[in-house]
Amino acid sequence: MDDYPILEMKNIQKAFPGVLANDNISLEIRRGEVHALLGENGAGKTTLMNILFGIYHPDHGEILINGKKTFIHSPQDAINEKIGMVQQHFALVPSFTVAENVILGLKNFGFIIKTKQVEQQIKELGERYSLPVRPKARVWTLSVGERQRIEILKLLYTGANILILDEPTAVLTPQETRQLFSAIRKLVKEGSSVIFISHKLDEVLEISDRISVLRNGKNTGTLNREEVDRRTLVQRMVGRDVLMDQEKPKVEPGPVKIEVKDLTVKNDKGLTAVNNLSLEIHGGEILGIAGVAGNGQKELAEAIYGLRPIETGKIQMAGEDLHHRSIKKRIQSGLSFIPQDRKSIATCPNLSVMFNIFMKNTIPGLKKSSAWNIQIKQMHEKTRELIRNFSISTPSSKTRVRYLSGGNLQKVVLARELSSNPSVIIAEHPTRGLDIGAMEFVYQALLEEKKKGSAILLLAGELYEIFRLSDRVAVIYEGEVMGYTPPDPSYTEKIGFMMAGTREDSIHEN
Amino acid sequence: MNDALSFIVATLHATVRAGTPLLFAVLGTIFTERSGIMNLGLEGIMLIGAIGGFVVSYNTSNLLLAILVAMIAGAILGLVHAFFTVTLKINQIVSGLAITMLGSGISGLWGKDYIGVVAERFETISIPLLSDIPVIGRILFQHDLLVYISLLAVPLMWFFIYKTRGGMTLRAVGEAPEAADARGINVFFIRYLYTIIGGSITAIGGAYLSLAYNSMWIENMTAGRGWIAIALVLFATWDPYKALLGAYLFGGITALGLRMQAVGTHIPPDFLKMLPYLLTIVVLFFTSTDTLKRKVGAPATLGVPYSREDRT
Repeated sequence: MDDYPILEMKNIQKAFPGVLANDNISLEIRRGEVHALLGENGAGKTTLMNILFGIYHPDHGEILINGKKTFIHSPQDAINEKIGMVQQHFALVPSFTVAENVILGLKNFGFIIKTKQVEQQIKELGERYSLPVRPKARVWTLSVGERQRIEILKLLYTGANILILDEPTAVLTPQETRQLFSAIRKLVKEGSSVIFISHKLDEVLEISDRISVLRNGKNTGTLNREEVDRRTLVQRMVGRDVLMDQEKPKVEPGPVKIEVKDLTVKNDKGLTAVNNLSLEIHGGEILGIAGVAGNGQKELAEAIYGLRPIETGKIQMAGEDLHHRSIKKRIQSGLSFIPQDRKSIATCPNLSVMFNIFMKNTIPGLKKSSAWNIQIKQMHEKTRELIRNFSISTPSSKTRVRYLSGGNLQKVVLARELSSNPSVIIAEHPTRGLDIGAMEFVYQALLEEKKKGSAILLLAGELYEIFRLSDRVAVIYEGEVMGYTPPDPSYTEKIGFMMAGTREDSIHEN
Repeated sequence: MNDALSFIVATLHATVRAGTPLLFAVLGTIFTERSGIMNLGLEGIMLIGAIGGFVVSYNTSNLLLAILVAMIAGAILGLVHAFFTVTLKINQIVSGLAITMLGSGISGLWGKDYIGVVAERFETISIPLLSDIPVIGRILFQHDLLVYISLLAVPLMWFFIYKTRGGMTLRAVGEAPEAADARGINVFFIRYLYTIIGGSITAIGGAYLSLAYNSMWIENMTAGRGWIAIALVLFATWDPYKALLGAYLFGGITALGLRMQAVGTHIPPDFLKMLPYLLTIVVLFFTSTDTLKRKVGAPATLGVPYSREDRT
């Protein structure tokens, strides 16, 4: 029986309207290995795993567990086959305690809930795999890293021996990632198999035994860790060579373009999200803000742009106070915003490319439209020009932007935000969800603006993006700046400590 | 002095009676909304319960059968609502309004031949010993069977929701359906189940009006109680104990209005009748202010249909 791989997926096919997400994919997972699924966004990794976990049903193909053909119709079937999955969006009930989340849906408990014994078991399990959790805490009070540990413990508690981890490190600090990796190593040593989904090459190379690279819904082949290096993986992922790690243009910093002083802002729940934060950015400078998601980045960006009221503090652009200035006025004084949420804040999905670009009528050198007289011809011409300049791939300027891909949608946003010659740009996760080609385009566009002398505030989750673009790195934790570092990967550890809440001056380097 | 006391006792006694139909409707809807389904069809469900119960009581004089039929009628409307909102994923507000119109239409048609007749009703059962306690005994322990059932239902329901596995499943489905789904809980089944159960409990509230509060059928006899109950669910923040408080608060206002008319005051009777509805608006005003909304903890996915393949 042990001759069979623990799991085989054969010729899996799954189409969604308009896309073939999985095209005849076969995959074999062995007992006690970490098997990485590598691929760009949209390559079909998550779809494939959702099929394995019973959330989607394949159009064709079969799944074999220990050599036996198995039908997985629902997550319940998957759980019965000892398959467990940690989704990118955690499947936890925020108002429940950790223990309640662990036993949710399990059949072998009495009608009346008794959590005492479970709490003890969870604690032990956590200690055994060095995944510390507090069983009695309510999930909504916990950090993202803790929530992820609960998800993994949930799987272990039900005895899963095939663990699917979907982009598990996206939300972790470097230290938490290391902790996760050591837990993964312990798990495979004890005979479990881990499927590690990622698009981060370094992590994949560090943790995996074997690597399958998906591209455009196809498996380009499974390779042993020893056989590959970064370059071959990138080639397989993208299908061509990509120039990476280019030099940043050197720009002499100009005067301070934007200054934030003692800013305090509340989040949607009424809690303090940005806490007495100060920063300044010079012209021709990119300040990268590093931090775990949810530490006030979004609120900071929205407060500067004027979408969120400020409690105390000051925001000044070129020495002028922005307080009480409407968003329209801020735009007119040269502020641009590239929001993270492309579909609901940055664009109007049902409007055409042209109207999305002219939603802000700030492109210099054009005749202004009035309420009664829209300069429609001029707008079409300008839109066509921008479509060329930003190489937006769209059937026409009249196409509704909802039909564009993520990369092209972001280019529409860039075309609007950057063609007004902004003096200050707030870029909030500008490459999230984009493929490598589109990412490179965004980087070039931002660096171009830097050369022109704009001050850019870059809020990003991925450290490599911050290193790639920024001139300085500020680390944010619970709405406060913990400290600054130069944009160099050798500071990763220091940044990690600051992301977890240690102040720069209390880190002792030895 | 004695007059004042007996006025207060009588008013409080009437408070319990007037609050009971609201209490049933609120408790039933707490079940439904805890699973993530918003139900604005209470008025229709109560009406169908009122006429269903009354018809059976008139024809068979069997009150338990009458309640059972009222519950089945409410369950059927609950099923319709579940089919619209869970399976077809129709906007829950629109479906709820349709249920209200459907219920009031059917009850009007069904009840045409029953206007002006009198049927069997739930009689007062004084609980031995307890009903002899001065003041309290009269207020709480000289009522009909349905009042006692509603009072028992409150702690039982609280225990079920917070302390049992079934309640945990229910809450999880309303709070985080994707988490429940990932744990193998059938979200669709749970939502159907509690929309149906909620409908049948709500219908008891309607039947109370035609079988205990009155013993006759009047078209649209719920007179907006279904809408008041919807506001009360918010007021109760989906908690059975607060539902009891809210239902009796409104019952109290209604009872006070009636008692004051009976003893004769200078306040116009129309104004007194208006009070519960006025209070509803006040309640909605205060429960919808931003700060409160954040704190009350409505089921996180209330009103949002669940679809496995839709999520991103």
